[in-house]
Amino acid sequence: MKYLCLVYYDEKKMQQLSQAEWDELNRECMDCVGGLQASGHFLEGAPLLSTDTATTLRVRDSKPLITDGPFAETKEQLAGFYMLEARDMNEALRLAEKIPPARYGCVEIRPVRELMDEGNQR
Amino acid sequence: MNMNQHISQLIETLYREESRRVLATLLRLLHGNFELAEEALQDAFAAALKQWPAQGVPDNPRAWLVSAGRFKAIDQLRKRGRQDTAMAELARELDEQDEEEALDEDAFGDDRLRLIFTCCHPALSMEARVALTLREVCGLTTEAIAAAFLVPVPTLAQRIVRAKNKILDAAIPYAVPEPGALAARLDGVLQTIYLVFNEGYSASSGESLLQAELSAEAIRLGRLLHTLLPEPEVTGLLALMLLHDARGASRVDAEGDLVPLEAQDRSLWQRPQIEEGAALVVAALHGQRPGPFGLQAAIAALHAEAPDADATDWAEIAAIYALLLQLQPSPVVELNRAVAVAMRDGPAAGLALIEQLEVRGELQDYYLLYAARADLYRRAGQVALAREAYRAAIERTRQAPERRFLEKRLAALEK
Repeated sequence: MKYLCLVYYDEKKMQQLSQAEWDELNRECMDCVGGLQASGHFLEGAPLLSTDTATTLRVRDSKPLITDGPFAETKEQLAGFYMLEARDMNEALRLAEKIPPARYGCVEIRPVRELMDEGNQR
Repeated sequence: MNMNQHISQLIETLYREESRRVLATLLRLLHGNFELAEEALQDAFAAALKQWPAQGVPDNPRAWLVSAGRFKAIDQLRKRGRQDTAMAELARELDEQDEEEALDEDAFGDDRLRLIFTCCHPALSMEARVALTLREVCGLTTEAIAAAFLVPVPTLAQRIVRAKNKILDAAIPYAVPEPGALAARLDGVLQTIYLVFNEGYSASSGESLLQAELSAEAIRLGRLLHTLLPEPEVTGLLALMLLHDARGASRVDAEGDLVPLEAQDRSLWQRPQIEEGAALVVAALHGQRPGPFGLQAAIAALHAEAPDADATDWAEIAAIYALLLQLQPSPVVELNRAVAVAMRDGPAAGLALIEQLEVRGELQDYYLLYAARADLYRRAGQVALAREAYRAAIERTRQAPERRFLEKRLAALEK
């Protein structure tokens, strides 16, 4: 099973970390990825720049509508993602527990579905 | 009674007593697919009704039912497998399984634990866990659960369907958690059972018979879990439920009004059940650091074993509340401790502790804070302050029996 782990935190809170603390957290993330790669669970992943850099695009009547910022103002913002391979939900939860920013914000775990010619799951 | 009637009665009894166990094992064989397992279960009982009158009742009916359910599931999977490769794969796997191993008697107990842990998985909402546990582990009908929780039947049915879909789609495994995760996961199971118990326990008599039956169902669940997994906190929860339930008959009077603990007719308490609960408390607290359910059960045992309110060991109760507070900091536990301290050291000591809660802005909408304060003022002879607190408590009640009880107290002060 593939699970996408979406990492969220309050950007304002994270801004309050010193550069040294922020770097330390990032090194932890590198270790976390290294461990997940070594155990064969890591498929893909990336941290994201802050929502200040986000742009939202909609296509209506075949025309692109472009706006500044994320699509929704929320207390915690999307900060990165991990695509993991796990046997089941219990394993996915155990792996996601090690994602360092889970201590500050949260990790949403979603099973991935396959695109098919027909009979697609909703 | 002729032979056929005898057999169909036997099958009815088996359905009542064994269908949950058969389901639990079929779920393991079918990787937690509830829809397939339930269908296989119904097919197995239908086959028994058809075949047993002619062939006789098998020596081990449960094993026969599991085996029949397994074959029916293989048939069903093969049919579906024409369109769905995952189903075809499962059919092959089931077919190649060694039957003896699949039907191993020792695994049956574990299967029921698997079912409990799956229904109470933390990835499911609490209300889904409660509904799924009552439906699948206890075998209650969707209609009965909906009536007990005062929700429309389609709402509850939808809740169960969504939970089953999530189990399947998110691959929530049909498994007992690994030792490292067991304590945390067990806590989720215990919270679910205790919620079911309280839902029944807090329903006053006559409000809903089905609702009151939830307490009995929760105790049955507690007993089952205690047999399967006798961890100290499981023992503690079972003890707590037994001790509360044993005092149930004296909690409301003939008019359906609440009777406070100190005024309850203790001769109505069920002594054998109190003794059973008290013995379990000893087991729950034996030899290790007690957990929150064990501590709460210990407090309940001290109340249940006291001849009256004055002769209750309030010092011990206050001390246990202090321990509980360390384990589970909560303003409600603080309030309970304040009441116990007041019984030990006098109303002023309790009022001072309640004051602290109020300064911090805790429990401002909780009627029991004002009711407790009113009671302490009344006992201290400060009538005006007591009246004021009773009025504040009445404003914050939600249930009629609670309000009537407080109004009676207030009226008594105004005489």
